[in-house]
Amino acid sequence: MSATTEPAVTTTEKPGQLTKDTYRGRIHPDWCPGCGDFSVLAALQTAMFELGLQPHQVCVVSGIGCSSNLPGYVNTYGMHTLHGRSLAVATGVKLGNHELKVICTGGDGDGFGIGGNHFVHTMRRNVDLTYIVMDNQIYGLTTGQCSPTSVKGMKTKSTPHGSVENPINPIPMAIVCGATYVARAFSGKQKHMVEMFKGAIQHKGFALVDVFSPCVTYNKDNTYQWFNPRVKILEEQGHDPTDLHKAIDRGYQWGEEIPIGLFWRRTDLETLEEQEPVLHTGEGPLAFRSNLGIPSEQAKALINELL
Amino acid sequence: MAQPTKIDFAVGIGGENGQGIASTGDILARIFARRGLHLNAYNAYQSIIRGGHTFLTIRASDAPVRNMGDKIDVFIPLNQDTMDRHLHLLKSGACAIYDSEKITPGQAADGVQLCPMPMKELTQGNKLAINTAALGATLQLLGIESEPLESVVTRQFKKKGDAVVAQNIAIARAGYDYAAQNFKAFPWKTPMGAKPLGVITGNQATAMGGAAAGVKFYAAYPMSPSTGVLMWMAAHARQLGIMVRQVEDEIGVMNMVIGAAHTGCRSMCATSGGGFALMSEAIGMAGMIETPIVCIDVQRAGPATGVPTKTEQGDLWQVLGAGQGDYPKLVVAPSSQLDLFRTIPELFNLCDKYQCPGLVLADLLISEGTSSIDPDELDFNVKIDRGELILPNGNIDGANAASGYNDKAYLRFKNTESGISPRAVPGVPGHIFTAATDEHDEDGTIISDEFTNPHKRRMMVEKRGRKMQAAIDDIAPPKLFGPENAAVTLVGWGSTEGVIREAVEKLAGEEGIVANQLQIRWIVPFHAAEISRILWQKNVIVVENTYSGQFARYLRSETGFDAQGHIRKYDGEPFMPHHIVEAVKDQLAGKTRLSVPVHEVLA
Repeated sequence: MSATTEPAVTTTEKPGQLTKDTYRGRIHPDWCPGCGDFSVLAALQTAMFELGLQPHQVCVVSGIGCSSNLPGYVNTYGMHTLHGRSLAVATGVKLGNHELKVICTGGDGDGFGIGGNHFVHTMRRNVDLTYIVMDNQIYGLTTGQCSPTSVKGMKTKSTPHGSVENPINPIPMAIVCGATYVARAFSGKQKHMVEMFKGAIQHKGFALVDVFSPCVTYNKDNTYQWFNPRVKILEEQGHDPTDLHKAIDRGYQWGEEIPIGLFWRRTDLETLEEQEPVLHTGEGPLAFRSNLGIPSEQAKALINELL
Repeated sequence: MAQPTKIDFAVGIGGENGQGIASTGDILARIFARRGLHLNAYNAYQSIIRGGHTFLTIRASDAPVRNMGDKIDVFIPLNQDTMDRHLHLLKSGACAIYDSEKITPGQAADGVQLCPMPMKELTQGNKLAINTAALGATLQLLGIESEPLESVVTRQFKKKGDAVVAQNIAIARAGYDYAAQNFKAFPWKTPMGAKPLGVITGNQATAMGGAAAGVKFYAAYPMSPSTGVLMWMAAHARQLGIMVRQVEDEIGVMNMVIGAAHTGCRSMCATSGGGFALMSEAIGMAGMIETPIVCIDVQRAGPATGVPTKTEQGDLWQVLGAGQGDYPKLVVAPSSQLDLFRTIPELFNLCDKYQCPGLVLADLLISEGTSSIDPDELDFNVKIDRGELILPNGNIDGANAASGYNDKAYLRFKNTESGISPRAVPGVPGHIFTAATDEHDEDGTIISDEFTNPHKRRMMVEKRGRKMQAAIDDIAPPKLFGPENAAVTLVGWGSTEGVIREAVEKLAGEEGIVANQLQIRWIVPFHAAEISRILWQKNVIVVENTYSGQFARYLRSETGFDAQGHIRKYDGEPFMPHHIVEAVKDQLAGKTRLSVPVHEVLA
């Protein structure tokens, strides 16, 4: 066994002394002033604080895009991966160490465009992940092209005559693909968003929270002012999140009234990790198993298969 | 005729996919290996489940067998098409076993024994058992007693029930007895070797090498010819405590493997060239966030879908260039099934040490190819060195317990002298960081967006690159096989080791030409100085399975050495020893500097 470096530890805080500041990252966000993502970041930090999560037991995984810069702004383990790949990487993280709380963050282009295939398959597997999409219906980091959630007719730099494509609606899509917690939040309603995040993080299984997080620079259509009068909180309307058909119906609602809140939740399905016996041998996470390699009795059995 | 000092024979079975060729091959291979014979089997097949043309060659000997050889001694055509395609290739002394009622032989060479068998009668009308009757006859001609047949047939068919086992044993025995009464056996008897050997495919060897190395996470998308690794892993996952996942595409595979590796698991995946192309952006991520992973590219003939069931070495430059940008990675090309088994743990240790991706260039020839294996050579007790890894209880031995919390002083990407930075994984208290694919500072903070500091960028590029400076000392330089002074030096890489070795022996033994061989395993890092020293002033011919000479070009790029001659094959089938022997003779006679041998069997 090789020499392993002694960890250099200068303890600045002790476990148990969690404050909201605990979750503040090393650097300040470089988002545009007024960006909806500030509200998402604050809500996520509040949710983690209120749930008492230990920062070293959380891994926040993002793709690429404005919103995907988020892991650098929170004091937890983080991965800022490739465009569209956060869910695939996060699945690997969760299976490698299933004791971590794994939270994915990203944008609509990252998750529903380039990452669409992983989005569908991660949901059907019901991996125990929380996926927060900062959905601004535009590509911001590339300076304003249409996204998979841009509404039909929207004029952007890549659709100067108006988009002729129909948008993805992530809420019904997530429900039919097998996500077991499907919610929507709005950057203008931070307290409500905190509740959505807490529910998602505590939920065992794949949880999507699609957040209307306005891009104040490139999306002049779907602004705070546009959303504010339209969003209606499902929890205030007596919506039953265990009713599949109502969940889908409310998910499709768009126009003068746009629901936010928990559309759909089911707790009767096992997660991927729960169904994998190799994670439940009593030896802890795969990543920390100390006896690597094959014991000689087992090696003999493997060789015997060849004889 | 006295028993020759060395017995070396090959059985060729051909027909449509679905005619039981693979199971017949498995039975023969096991009978030979259990006798202690060395063997090599290669299946020339097509990408369909039923129909088409499949031709399996099993070559066995009491001496080591490194490739499928040049000749067929027992030919078993299971349909007319196979008879028509191959009979003319048989030489005097060979025999052809076939169904006398269904198949008509063409003109065979003098001395070829035709062995027609009344298969309907011998198999009691069971068409699926014609191969079993032919198998019985084959063993009789080879002078093998019938007992081992029964135990191996039982093993092969036991899942199908006692009735099927009993019927197959009876049919095999009927074939055996029919041959004894009607055909002339070979003038030698198949010998017994020193001890029983096992039978292994390269894909099995790769998977077992991963298990030995302590792989805890394996992911794949099925792709010929790499799928055998997934199948072995899936079959043994729960028994060995390995998480195995079939993922939606190869992009997902590589990203998932990196996620698991980032948490501290040894993580691996295998694919072929098309899947590898999809993985390549993520391989760059492993380079950028310095996460060790191992990926095996089992090459097949490309480009695009290419020829899914045929072999080639055309992915060399793809693997060299995998992922945009300029970053360190390790690339190795194992030379045999056993070498695949041994390479995987070796590569994992280096990947953990240098915190970078490790890529294996295998190909259909060795990965789907079958070899005998000495069970004592499969040593699972391998060295496991995780490098500078920080786990929650300190190092992997649990020696130094870490503590601390919310520590902002830890530098995951510390600019050390070696370029290697101590690697903490998520879950370790006191070592929080973000791993970013954007260029980042020592603490993980990205430096690509707000203020791109050229000095920091240079520092981090050099930090990563510096890791490779020492890696060359960790790998063995290639060695010249054969006499130092030779008329020609044959240079190959990866899977062609066995066939070139035999060509060198044949050149000496049959043609009086002194040749030697330099086979190269490690592609990156490349022992350029040592290779230059060896090749200096030699007459060099590069042997490879490509059209454009990818390896010859790589050799030139790394050493400045321009080979005098080239032998290339890109028809999908592997080299046979005589292809190389004849090409060397042509080139030494000054006839050409580029030989492209014609593959005769599938005429």
